[in-house]
Amino acid sequence: MKLLELIGRALLRLLEELGRFFQMLGSAASWLIRPPYDVAELFRQMVRVGVDSIPVVFLTTLFTGMVLALQTFNGFKRFHAESLVGSVVALSLTRELAPVLTALMVTGRVGSAMAAELGTMRVTEQIDALTALGTEPVQYLVVPRVTASVLMLPLLVILGDFVGMYGGYLVAVQLLGANPITYIENSFQYLEISDVTSGIIKAAVFGLIFSLLACVRGYYTEGGAEGVGRATTRAVVSGSLSVLFADFFLTKLLF
Amino acid sequence: MLKEPAPAEAGKTPKIRVEDLHKSFDGKVVLDGVNFSLPEGESLVVVGPSGTGKSVLLKHLIGLVRPDSGRLFVDGRDFWALSDLERTAVRKKFGMSFQEGALFDSMSVFDNVAFPLRRSGRPPSEVRERVRECLSIVHLPNVEGKRPSELSGGMRRRVGFARAIAHEPEILLFDEPNTGLDPIMTDVIDEVILEMKEKLDVTIVTITHHMESARKIGDRVALLAGGKLLYQAPPEEFLKSDDPAVRQFVEGKAEGPLTVEFERETATAAPEAS
Ligand SMILES: Nc1ncnc2c1ncn2[C@@H]1O[C@H](COP(=O)(O)OP(=O)(O)OP(=O)(O)O)[C@@H](O)[C@H]1O
Ligand SMILES: [Mg+2]
Repeated sequence: MKLLELIGRALLRLLEELGRFFQMLGSAASWLIRPPYDVAELFRQMVRVGVDSIPVVFLTTLFTGMVLALQTFNGFKRFHAESLVGSVVALSLTRELAPVLTALMVTGRVGSAMAAELGTMRVTEQIDALTALGTEPVQYLVVPRVTASVLMLPLLVILGDFVGMYGGYLVAVQLLGANPITYIENSFQYLEISDVTSGIIKAAVFGLIFSLLACVRGYYTEGGAEGVGRATTRAVVSGSLSVLFADFFLTKLLF
Repeated sequence: MLKEPAPAEAGKTPKIRVEDLHKSFDGKVVLDGVNFSLPEGESLVVVGPSGTGKSVLLKHLIGLVRPDSGRLFVDGRDFWALSDLERTAVRKKFGMSFQEGALFDSMSVFDNVAFPLRRSGRPPSEVRERVRECLSIVHLPNVEGKRPSELSGGMRRRVGFARAIAHEPEILLFDEPNTGLDPIMTDVIDEVILEMKEKLDVTIVTITHHMESARKIGDRVALLAGGKLLYQAPPEEFLKSDDPAVRQFVEGKAEGPLTVEFERETATAAPEAS
């Protein structure tokens, strides 16, 4: 009985969250197309989401590519398939690891900041002040953040693809003694353009999901400083989980 | 007990009219049927005990809070029946200063005051001039480059006031604009409000705890208590009223009908809390 009630409550909460998410999505979409267009603010957010995330994404994908090469080499050696290492690294990075890891890192870095920023603005009535000054807060705050995330995540992933493959190359050639020319040839042997584009499309969807979730968390914050803390944590947790869910379904359905 | 406001000049739609506003937060009734209408160019002062919902009422007038029931009319148009685009347009007629300032803390003082001006597309030179003017009105020169966090509470409140009047709105809402200010600044703010009142067509709603300010800036003073506008009258009449609630408030007595209500509320709330 208690358990059922608990499950019921959790389900209701989830439904409410979903409702807010899609309501915000609709609202952001409708305010996106209406003037005024705040290009300067969009640009500022693109720098925050994209440019400022380059170091994190660089390191993450570099080490992922390196470890990937190391692991597959050790495994594939057992059945003399070392020549496939480059392909495995290239495919796993472009299709899966670069988009997902980039999205997770950016969710932690940028999603938390978005939730904290909007949450603070909510509890100090700055969002009310925006509304009172005839500026729609969704248009002013949410639209540039979400747009910037949708635009920048694909670019970060393209960077991540290159860096990760370079990491794999470094390990294979410098550490494991592979022939540079054949490694590169092998890398691109099975790689198709659709592998790369699928990763990029995923990245755009992840960008939409994490940024919108973070904005929703921040926008509906209540309960002072503690509430802001809660919103921030939840933005990262639910953002990361949603990215992983979405990853599975996108991979299953689309590609 | 409720006095009907003097009917506005016949045929003219009031600038703001609220009809039977009700609002509760988590089951706690804050507004319990508020009615009033405010003709264009009039200044209404709302007074009342702390925590009765004055700020909540003010936020209803600009549509920051949606009532549980009841309606808000701005220029005769039913606010919540409008599309969100139209609502944003209607809000541009308003200027509001918040009780806690609500300044944008990621912007400088200059950018705060400039915000409504830039948003309405004024050219930069005009923006600069108007921001200077508004800051000097509230006696705050030389703080343009500062962040709100570097200002004192009273200074922040005045910047919020300057931001509210910057774009010369038709309707002004001030939430305790002179609470916590020194007597001189209190009077400065009153003078500014008075000056704006003299201008034709500006409609003003002010919340204050200063009876002196209320007398000075109000065409009408209303007492909000128990979720209703208990009494409204021109200032002189308000101050002389023998309504027991008004008397208690004006004279600042601990005992009276307003406190009885408070005690009743705590008495009913206590068993729930334990
Ligand atoms: N967003 C909210 N959520 C829950 N309760 C609220 C909210 N806003 C206001 N309240 C409650 O409504 C009541 C009225 O608050 P309000 O701020 O309007 O009081 P006030 O009359 O402005 O008081 P003061 O003179 O101290 O500023 C309070 O009991 C407050 O707890
Ligand atoms: Mg208040």
